[in-house]
Amino acid sequence: MGAGHAHLLHRPGDTAVHRLPAQVKVVAALAVVLCVVSTPRGEFAAFGLYLLLLACVWALARVPPGWLAKRALIEAPFVVLAVVLPFTAGGPTVGLLGLRLSETGLLAGWNILAKGTLGVLVSLTLSATTSPRDLLVGLQRLRVPALVITIATLMLRYLEVISAEAARMRVARICRGHDPRFLWQAGATARAVGTLFIRSYERGERVHLAMVSRGWTGTMPDAGRAAAPRTWLAGLVPAVGAALVLGTTLWG
Amino acid sequence: MPETAADDTPTTRPPALLVEGLAYAYPDGHQALFGIDLRVEPGERVAVLGPNGAGKTTLVLHLNGVHTPGAGRVAVAGLPVAKANLREVRRRVGIVFQDPDDQLFMPTVREDVAFGPANFGLRGAELDARVAAALAAVGMAEHADRSPMHLSGGQRRRVALATVLACDPEVLVLDEPSANLEPVARRELAEVLLGLGRTTLMVTHDLPYALQLCPRSVLVDEGVVVADGPTRELLADTALLAAHRLELPFGFRLD
Repeated sequence: MGAGHAHLLHRPGDTAVHRLPAQVKVVAALAVVLCVVSTPRGEFAAFGLYLLLLACVWALARVPPGWLAKRALIEAPFVVLAVVLPFTAGGPTVGLLGLRLSETGLLAGWNILAKGTLGVLVSLTLSATTSPRDLLVGLQRLRVPALVITIATLMLRYLEVISAEAARMRVARICRGHDPRFLWQAGATARAVGTLFIRSYERGERVHLAMVSRGWTGTMPDAGRAAAPRTWLAGLVPAVGAALVLGTTLWG
Repeated sequence: MPETAADDTPTTRPPALLVEGLAYAYPDGHQALFGIDLRVEPGERVAVLGPNGAGKTTLVLHLNGVHTPGAGRVAVAGLPVAKANLREVRRRVGIVFQDPDDQLFMPTVREDVAFGPANFGLRGAELDARVAAALAAVGMAEHADRSPMHLSGGQRRRVALATVLACDPEVLVLDEPSANLEPVARRELAEVLLGLGRTTLMVTHDLPYALQLCPRSVLVDEGVVVADGPTRELLADTALLAAHRLELPFGFRLD
């Protein structure tokens, strides 16, 4: 089901990965992340294997690595931390390119970098192949509480309505000579945020009224379908792969 | 008159909508309605006219039991509006709210139209057929998979109408259907509404629109019905309109 949006993180397609029911993908992604996180940081080969596993999924879903790389930049702030650690951590040091770097710091930095990057890549793979709407359907299938699903569904829709409203209010302020670059003019922006909050609250009441009028009783209609055991098996192959990698590392 | 109304013998059929002595005060003490009487027969199209703050929207919210009357009673096709019947009452009375953005809250048009009938227990192929029929009735079938955000104002209004039509209501209630519509969208909506042939109650202060769509009008002011009759006669009574802060737009004459 295409949401019809041009979503930043979603890459519509019609591959085996795209067609997989969202609940299967959510469970598989979670399992892979758990495997990655529980891998000891010194097992460099294991991380390579995880990456290889992900690359197979990308090939299957026809998601270009460049597309993922651009979006993976979101972890940049964490990478900064990883780069700083080798310089700041104590303990025995090693020489590298003329620098004295902390050994534990290097390992800790690597740990953050490798696990963080893999985690981001797994999430990106999930979001690239699953529309936000399908993701919600999947979570609903996984018995996430109805209230959470309702809130997320409404957010998906009203985030755009409210940001459009905020943009209109901003234009109206600017047209009357408001220039929020100066600190003493921040007051107007703050009041606009307050107004927006009240408006959103009132809209919330009207939306609720309209929903009740159409027979809403507290749960969203379930739009999903149950996944067959065979689909679950197929969808969980990457997770099983990750578990195998983790198992061999821990035993070996 | 729709065919269904013509098939039945008019004497045995209860009125589509019956409001008797309806009075209501908001919890803050503000009295909005002071005894409204209204009877709408099946197949009728009635406009509810009145200035801002006359109690029109408060009246509408009594028709499907969102508000509970302080006094008087409301019945929809013979079924009294009461706690025990709320679900059926809300299926029978379809309200299209003024701002489509309040009504359309799902990520896609199709899901939004399916929301009502799904709440009323429809599933699977039956639900899909109902959604398709409702979207076709308002001429929006090809936009089923789009986000309501990316539709024009007129298209959004028609989708909002479809979300209610999908529940197959006995009475269609429209709150200011022509508000914020460009002339073409306004005419298209009128054509859709006339083509539906359903019992319709239309709340508006767009007087020409009332004349175009509704043979009968009810004038509400200060919480009571002050006039009830053929729309053309009501709108021709300039003194009556002026007494209740209503007037025809510039250039209009009815005589």
